Amino acid sequence: MKKRSWSAAMWLLLIPYIGLLWVPLYNFREPAFLGFPFFYWYQLAWVPLTSFLIWIAYRSVRNDD
Amino acid sequence: MTTNLDTVALAVFIFFFALVTVMGFIASRWRAPKTMGHLDEWGLGGRSFGAWITWFLVGGDFYTAYTVIAVPALVYAVGAYGFFALPYTIIVYPFVFMVMPLLWKRAKANGYVTAGDVVYGQYSSRALELAIAITGVIATMPYIALQLVGMAAVLKALGLTGELPLAIAFIILALYTYSAGLRAPALIAFVKDIMIYIAVFAAIAIIPSKLGGYGNVFAAADAAFQAKGAGNLLLGGNQYVAYASLAFGSALAAFMYPHTLTGIFASNSSNTIRKNAVFLPAYTLLLGLLALLGYMGHAANLNISSPNQVVPALFQTLFPSWFTGFAFAAIAIGALVPAAVMSIGASNLFTRNFWKAYVNPNVTHEGEAKVAKVTSLIVKIGALMVIAFLPTQFALDLQLLGGIWILQTLPALVFGLYSNWFRAQGLLAGWLVGFLGGTYLVWINGLKPLQAINLGGAPFTVYIGLLALLANVAVAVVITAVMPKQNALATKA
Repeated sequence: MKKRSWSAAMWLLLIPYIGLLWVPLYNFREPAFLGFPFFYWYQLAWVPLTSFLIWIAYRSVRNDD
Repeated sequence: MTTNLDTVALAVFIFFFALVTVMGFIASRWRAPKTMGHLDEWGLGGRSFGAWITWFLVGGDFYTAYTVIAVPALVYAVGAYGFFALPYTIIVYPFVFMVMPLLWKRAKANGYVTAGDVVYGQYSSRALELAIAITGVIATMPYIALQLVGMAAVLKALGLTGELPLAIAFIILALYTYSAGLRAPALIAFVKDIMIYIAVFAAIAIIPSKLGGYGNVFAAADAAFQAKGAGNLLLGGNQYVAYASLAFGSALAAFMYPHTLTGIFASNSSNTIRKNAVFLPAYTLLLGLLALLGYMGHAANLNISSPNQVVPALFQTLFPSWFTGFAFAAIAIGALVPAAVMSIGASNLFTRNFWKAYVNPNVTHEGEAKVAKVTSLIVKIGALMVIAFLPTQFALDLQLLGGIWILQTLPALVFGLYSNWFRAQGLLAGWLVGFLGGTYLVWINGLKPLQAINLGGAPFTVYIGLLALLANVAVAVVITAVMPKQNALATKA
């Protein structure tokens, strides 16, 4: 059970790599948000999103030591 | 940009600089150990830093003063491409979360202080240990020199020209690092990071309202790029691979550096590191917003001779003197923290993987601490000399190469955490191929980190560090695979 939640969490950690390294996903101007072209707010949005994904992974392993 | 002395800004600047100087010297008594005569104490702060201290220390150490000046400068000059620092400093954290707790456990269990120690412990190869240690030192030296470039940019904006103010600041830093070790930058990092957060949030909240909002800032940058015929708000089709490979390669390299590893090894548990992987991205948000200052430079119609002046000139143009002094102090102090940790990391490598390995294998704990302290002084004076006597471009080129070099230590340092399959000879050959091959490619591309590749379709460019790493791993795999197996335990001698 513990093992399974650990490996599921590891898959979550791959998501930011796909979201940020596949540039054609986000190299656009529109839709803009608060004056920011899409290219900029999309990448900035990945900061809290990545934090959140790592936090989920953290919850699944924090008692591991 | 004005270069006259602004007394208010200067007074505020000197006040904060004096404050951290006092803190630096007090740091030797902060969380004081029974004895400082041990490298674990001087070089790793007693391996006792909890989540908060680690957050401030690694944040202050990874996001350097040079970053604060150079990232907005690159964005000012070329636009979207300069933003690769943002995906880079996001995707570094899943990697930190996965790998660094394991590395910390290995180091803690065996008393390792450096990457060289970890590699020697795993493979019992002095040659591989030396390769990793030398790479760490030569990748770090130009990085320290660049902190001086960051500091010089704000000193110049304050009207303090010449090498003397820079030398004074650095000698003060050298002295308190000598006496307090890693505790000095750890304590100063609290002040530095809070000041940087205040300065950047004030900038991104107030500057756009003076320049007609973010929409206008982006439009002004767009117009400037079109008038100049270079740079763009979006990436060109041939820049996709370059952008992604630079972000990915830089993320893999970031925590191979001695200064970032020192921050990791100094923490008190693997859980502290995992927690920090969750919360360190707060600094990345700061960096992403800071990068936008490059575009604000266009909107403010700054008249500057070098992109490195964008950030200082923006503050001088749009903020009152006292706040300009505060922001400049934040940047200058921001140079001290990484410079201190980098010199400590380099000194630890020299002490453990050269002095102890070759000069005096029987060195005591106290002797190790002494060697490291003296080395840290020499390293800082060396960096000062480089900036004083060599062209700045030399340090920039070396730092670029340093990123490619340090990435080549990843297989030796990380693969052993997961598998015992690799052999020292394979990893050493891989390192050599990656190091020399990467250097050669950078050289033939006119000291640029990108190599053009044409696979029949549209040509594109790739980060050379990543290409070198692929060659490195391929060589390590092939040589390990063809080596006879029975030697696995006999290499200890």
